[in-house]
Order: sequence, then C-alpha cells, then structure tokens
Amino acid sequence: MGHDTSMLVLIAVLTLSFIAGSFGLILGYAAIRFKVEGNPIVDQIDAVLPQTQCGQCGFAGCRPYAEAIAKGEAPINQCPPGGESTIVALADLLDTEVLELNAEHGEHSEVPLVAVIDEMNCIGCTLCIQACPVDAILGSAKHMHTIIESECTGCELCLPPCPVDCIDMIPIKQTLADWKWPEPKTLSPNESTEMTHG
Amino acid sequence: MADSVYKFHGGLHLDEHKAESLTQPLQVASLADEIIIRVSQHIGEPNTPVIETGDTVKRGQLLAESSAFVSAPVHASTSGTIKAIEERAIAHASGQKAECFILIPDGKDEVFEQPENSYQKNDLQKSDLLAMIRLAGIVGLGGAVFPTAAKLTTAIKHGIKTLIINGAECEPYITCDDVLMQNNAADIFKGITYLQTILQPEQTIIGIEDNKPAAIQAMQQALADTSLANTRVTSIPTLYPSGGEKQLIKLLTGLEVHSSQLSFEIGILCQNVGTCAAIAKAIDECQPLTSRIVTVTGPGVNNPGNWLTPLGTPVSHLIQLAGGYKVKQPKLIMGGPMMGLTLESDQIPVVKATNTILVLDHLDQPEVNECIRCGSCTEVCPVQLLPQQLYWYSKTHQFDLTESYHLFDCIECGCCSAVCPSHIPLVQYYRHAKGEIWQQRKNTYKSDRARKRHEFREARIARQKQLDEERRQQKREALAKKKAAEQATKATQSDNSPAGQTVDAVQAALERVKARKKAQQVDPKNTSNLTDEQQRQIDEANARRNKTTADDA
Repeated sequence: MGHDTSMLVLIAVLTLSFIAGSFGLILGYAAIRFKVEGNPIVDQIDAVLPQTQCGQCGFAGCRPYAEAIAKGEAPINQCPPGGESTIVALADLLDTEVLELNAEHGEHSEVPLVAVIDEMNCIGCTLCIQACPVDAILGSAKHMHTIIESECTGCELCLPPCPVDCIDMIPIKQTLADWKWPEPKTLSPNESTEMTHG
Repeated sequence: MADSVYKFHGGLHLDEHKAESLTQPLQVASLADEIIIRVSQHIGEPNTPVIETGDTVKRGQLLAESSAFVSAPVHASTSGTIKAIEERAIAHASGQKAECFILIPDGKDEVFEQPENSYQKNDLQKSDLLAMIRLAGIVGLGGAVFPTAAKLTTAIKHGIKTLIINGAECEPYITCDDVLMQNNAADIFKGITYLQTILQPEQTIIGIEDNKPAAIQAMQQALADTSLANTRVTSIPTLYPSGGEKQLIKLLTGLEVHSSQLSFEIGILCQNVGTCAAIAKAIDECQPLTSRIVTVTGPGVNNPGNWLTPLGTPVSHLIQLAGGYKVKQPKLIMGGPMMGLTLESDQIPVVKATNTILVLDHLDQPEVNECIRCGSCTEVCPVQLLPQQLYWYSKTHQFDLTESYHLFDCIECGCCSAVCPSHIPLVQYYRHAKGEIWQQRKNTYKSDRARKRHEFREARIARQKQLDEERRQQKREALAKKKAAEQATKATQSDNSPAGQTVDAVQAALERVKARKKAQQVDPKNTSNLTDEQQRQIDEANARRNKTTADDA
C-alpha cells in the first residue's frame, strides 16, 4: 500500500510539474511573441492630453506628463489647457476621482489663444523658433518671423525668449462655422440628471 | 394616379396654414432702397468678393466666388452701386453678423451681358450644363443650399437610376413651391430635362403633397406638354416631414437610405422644384440665380402672399409689401414654424435659402417639465431614432453614447419636440450635442496634428544631435590618425633606435615639444665684439635677473 501511495504521489507531482512546465513554456513564448512595445496606457493618456506641449504641468511636454501619470508619479489635475474636460476624461480612463485643476500650474482659458508676432518689431533672432514645440514659427536669422496660425497650439513658450517682446497671445477669431448651438437652459431645477437609462 | 406610394415611420399631421398666403397671386417685389447681398449663401467653402466698394454693377454680375469644389458664386440682384462691403446682421441662429455687399439700386435694373460663352445652345454636353449651373450660383433651394453643381458631379460618379423632384413642401405656412409649380410648371420641366441629360436616370418622379391639387394639376398638364419619357407626377399623402429627402425617397420608391448613407449611394438624387426652375433660367437665359419666390405669411402680417424677390431684399421691405405688421410685437421666423430660424430684426436680408418669412404674433414658450417617458417622441420620429434616449445622453453630456444612438441621422424636423407633453426642447439638445461632438472631433484633429509635429521635431533634433556627435567623432578620429601618421614619420626620421622598439607616445610627444622649443630658442643678438663697459652692464643685468629669479623661488 505504502509503495502504491508514494507512486501515486509521484505520478501526481510529475503530471502537475509537466503541466506547469508546458504552461510556463507557452507563456514564455507568448511573452516574446506578443510583446507590447512601450506602455499602452501611456498612449491612451497621451491621446487625452491636449498636445499643446506647453510644459505647464511641470514636464517637458504632454508625453512625459502622460508617462508620469501612468507611473503614478503625477496627479491628473496639472494640465491647464485641457481644463476640466481633460481631467474628467483622465479620471474616466484611469478610474480615479475627478480633481479640481491645480491652480499652481495655471488657469484654464475657455477661448483658445494663438500667438501673433508683431512683424514690425521682430528682429529676426530665431529664439522663438527654437522654443516652439510644434514648429509653428517660420523665419530665419535676421529675417522677419511669422506664426503659422493653424499649427499654433497656444502654448506661450515663444513669449519668454523674445528679446523685444513682440509676441502677443490673442483669442482665435470665432467664425460662423465655429459656432455651436448652446445647451438649452433647464427650466425646472428639480429635474433629475442622474437618470441615464430610460 | 395608380402609382404606389409607400409609408415612412412616424410623422405628424400639422395645421397647414397654407391658405392664407394663397389668397393673392404671385407678385413681383419692388426694389428696396438698399439691397444687402451676403457674400456666402451656400454650404461649403466661403466666397471672396471680386467687386470693390464704389463699383457699379448690373443684374447678374458676379460679386463673389470661390475656387473650391463645394461653393457657389453670388451675383448682383439688380443694377446699382456697391456702397460698402461690411458686416451686417444675417439669418443665423448665433445672431452673429456676416460680410455683405450693400448695393444701392439705380432703379434701371439693367441686365449684365454675361461673358460670351462658346456653348452651342442646341448641342449642350453634360460638362457644359454642369459648368453653367455652377457659374449661375445655383444651390439647393429646398433649404439646404448645397451647391447643385457639386451635388450633381458627385451623383454622376455613383450613377443615378431615379431622379426625384421634391415638390412636397410639407412644412406649415410655406407656399412658395406651390406657387412656383402653379405658375412656372413649364420652367420646372425644362430644368428637369437638363437634369435628365446630365444624370441619365431610368425614371423621374415628381412628388407633391396632396394638399396642393392646383400644383399637381399644373405639373401634370406641363408634363403632358413636354412628353418626357419615364417621368411621372405622384401625389403623396400630406404628412410632415414628407419633404425630407430620405422620407420622400421612402414614400416614392419604398427604398430606405441607411444610416450615414447618402441617397446617391443607392442611385437616387433629389432636387427641389425651385432648383429645377433656376437651372432652366441659368441655361436658357444665361441668367444666374438672383431672385426667388418668398412666402410672407403668418398671423402677424396684414396681406400674406408670395413675392418674386430679388436676393438681398431686407425682410422689412417684404413686410411692407405684405401690408405691414398686424401686431405690435411681431415674432419673425425665416422658414417654417418647425425648422425655421428666429430673426432678431427685420433688417436681415433674403438669401438663397429663404423660402418664407413667417410673422407670428407670439412665440410659444411653455413651461418645460420633466420627461414622463411617454414615448410619444419615438412614435413620431420619422428616422426611427430613440429621441428620449438621445435626450438623456445629450443632457448628461455622454456624447459618445448619443453618437452610438445615431444622433447624426436626426434631421432636426422637430416632430419629437412638437409632441412632447413636457415641452422639452429636444431638438435643441440634439443640436447642442452635435455641436459638441464636432468640436471634439476638431480638437482631436488638432491635437493629433500637434502631437505629430512635436514628435517630428523631437526626432529631428535628436537626429541633428546624433549627426553632430558623429561629425565630432569623425573629426577626433581624423585628428588622431593625422597625429599618429606624423609621429610615425618623425619616428622613422629622428629616432635611431632599432626598428620594432616601442616608444612611449607621451614621452615622444614631450620630447618633440622640447625639441621644438629648443629649436625656437633664439641666440642672444649683438653679443660679440662687446666693449668692457657693455660686458659689465650685461653681467650686472644677468646678476640682477638671477637674483630676482632666486627671490621668486
């Protein structure tokens, strides 16, 4: 009997070891074969961020901030250009609490801004060109510079380097094509808003 | 008629109010003192003015155009002087202003001689017809104002089997198409003939609601006169919104245009009767679109009727022609009561999209209550959407969910709002949601672009750094090679040590430096043939120098 039992135990151990071993091999192969480059959550966070590359969050652009959020090193409320909608989207994505925008990093402006160079005063120093994170400034040394309005993200990074202070941030002109229907006013305040499934 | 007519889902029987404006015949509107012509009157890319302030123009002369495919030029609607090109109030829900030509008529109404065109009248090709339609600035006059030439060009590519002419005019109060069909049926059929030449459809159906018997009769008479093949006039039951493109297609052919599909993808093209008449005028008379029939009606105006109105005529002028306001505080709507735009002032001009000026004595603003989930909205929705569901999601800003409930198939006909017992402004919620989604799409597009540009810039800077580093490396290597070569030559020249003996490079370099310094050392000049006195002075100086050196040490 003793001999049989130990035999059975041995068989069981061997079988389990074999199963464990083969699963290990499959997983090992899968880990190599289906390896995901980079961190996909970083891409998802980066997709939510407004890509102004302004650095107001304290990181050198949107992607570094996304990486920091993914690692849990930075809170989600440090992006002034994104404002509340970005915070809500991030909270939704990461399943965390919605936070107030951290005022230390700046204020959210509802109206999108665009940089404009006062071309009369531009001395052609190229400092703003070097500062622009999205190559939205055109010009060369000792020649007038100008901003490609459609590409400007309004990050304001070109303002500090300008030695003659000839760059201004102005609100983007709203045209009829940009106009949106306003939200209807809720006339009765009692109306429930949490009801989402009719 | 034995033609089978199908049914669409939902719809509403509304009070028609059509009789008021049909009591008097079509009249020609007189010229206003000031004509305000909006620079862009179509859906698509905006126009740029080609005429300057102070220029004199004649009727039909080009004022503004764009080179974009989806665009339609704008022409002067009478002769006179352009007083200014400035921002004026227009018919837009935002209440914003837009660029307009201010034309002061000279009263002569002279016609502009269109540039000599080489088209032979009796041998017009498809492309000629399309070009003429485009040059005439014709847009869909049913209300969408989509450039007709662009629509036709796209439709040709898909191949059109059925051409549908929309004479439904389903919205209450509006009678301009009715009047047009009664008075200008022959013109409409001329236009249809040109459309048939362009599209080569297998059949053409003209759909008219059965509350317009006079129009149906006139159209049938005109059809009999033309003897067009495979063309028929079909009477459809009066039910709002039968004049919606997809609803009319369903009514006349039984075919459904699916979600996010366009009608020409199933081989059908719709054109409004007004557009057909404008096409006939553009091709037969070389006259661009400079006027249209406008219904002026409603309980707030004395003599409702229809006027053939030059584009740019201020609403106030039309009201005068209609006997003035009947009420003290009239509410103006451009279009019908279901889909029209509320006007803030009567100084707003008539544009290509203006079919009606509706003058109401008051605007209904009933109290909004909670949704009681009665489901009436779902029953009347002609697109078979779930208006209640869309309402909840719009209201709670879950816009991605509104999209998955096919928000963009909503035609904003207003049936749901009209039947809602709680008077919830449903359509307004949908419009807001649509706007937010478009905004989000725009933002995503912009941020994607910014990300790409930023990544490209980073990559470029990194590449530049790498290149610089490589160049530096190469320079260093080249220098080292050169030195090694020099050293090798020197070693063979100066060093007598047996070949194969390794020389310490540092030592060698130091020696080289020493040797060079030695070579550079110059012998003191004028040190021979000195007098005793000179020799003594030199010795003294040397002694001094040695002393100071010793002190320093």
